[in-house]
Amino acid sequence: MLAMTLEHRSWLHRVPAGAKMAAMTVAMVVLLPVSDPAIIAAAVAVTGALYATLGRIALARGARLLRPLLLVLALIMAWHLVTRSPAEGAVICLRILALVALANLVTLTTRLDDMTAVLEWVLHPLRRIGVNTAAISLALALVIRCIPVLSQKGAALLDAWRARSPRRTGYQIAVPLALLALDDAEHLADALRARGGVARPD
Amino acid sequence: MERSLTMVALFAALIAVLGLFPSFMLFTGVPISAQSLGVMLCGAVLGARRGALAVLLFLALVALGLPLLAGGRGGLGAFVGPTAGFLYGFPVAAFVTGWIAEHWRGVDLSVSAGAGALIGGVLVLYAFGAVGMMLVVDLSPPEAVAALGAFIPGDMIKAVVAGLVTGAIYRARPGFVMTR
Repeated sequence: MLAMTLEHRSWLHRVPAGAKMAAMTVAMVVLLPVSDPAIIAAAVAVTGALYATLGRIALARGARLLRPLLLVLALIMAWHLVTRSPAEGAVICLRILALVALANLVTLTTRLDDMTAVLEWVLHPLRRIGVNTAAISLALALVIRCIPVLSQKGAALLDAWRARSPRRTGYQIAVPLALLALDDAEHLADALRARGGVARPD
Repeated sequence: MERSLTMVALFAALIAVLGLFPSFMLFTGVPISAQSLGVMLCGAVLGARRGALAVLLFLALVALGLPLLAGGRGGLGAFVGPTAGFLYGFPVAAFVTGWIAEHWRGVDLSVSAGAGALIGGVLVLYAFGAVGMMLVVDLSPPEAVAALGAFIPGDMIKAVVAGLVTGAIYRARPGFVMTR
């Protein structure tokens, strides 16, 4: 399964993941209440410039990630044209564009391992109140491993349906898929127990 | 412990797989994403707590940068857009669905799980979605409801489906359904 990270290395890839997350959070807290068109326009320009420093591939990928959003923004703009002022609609749309593009930028330039490390760092204090953070890390790894396996089994179920029926696949196919997930979970639990289980590390 | 962990992990994977198949739920010819069906099933099968944990695990992987949302979306951008409210509502939706399926005894599980999915997976989820729209798009409450209203019938069908699927799972693997 492919993560969304850009493969080529850029200067932003080398910035620590935690710093990028912190910068993104600050940008959001600052931008969300702002409705001054000049500040919003500047934010969009800065975001675009940041993408531009990463090269053409980053610009293209960033634009493609925003594509599903554009339809929603067009609807919002149309709504504002009818009910309120176009300027207000433009500010709202550009603000959403800047926020989503900035968040995407962090995702595009941070490897899954580095993001996971940030998550583990954030979760670490929860150990004090008895949360088994090692189990969370194990669960994350399990899901990443299980998605392609379950996806493959789902594709086989779809093929079997198509081979048997001229009708389109219906909701019933969710039943065997969920049963496969339950059976896999049971086998995995046995395997984990056989290897000593998920005891607390301390 | 091990069984809870693997059930939570596999159902997180199930949400992802249900979202990865775009034509999975061509129900009466209308293509609707089965992703929120996965959220409802998490609650209905695993119960309130484990169901919510499975959804949180799924969302964590989306935030970490895996394109697991329906239509191949993902990453941190999904958590700040106009429809982000739905994502924040997912774990609560699973919790409420599971809580109702756990506590409404005396009826067939299909009925209690379906009712749970209607209240948790539609009513509660859309409340979160509407609040998200109000915050990000600056809509008034009636405007947000009007904007989302068109999608509610499809999700109500999904809630009924979630009930039927949960009932079928219970008949096939009675010992695995944690809400009974």
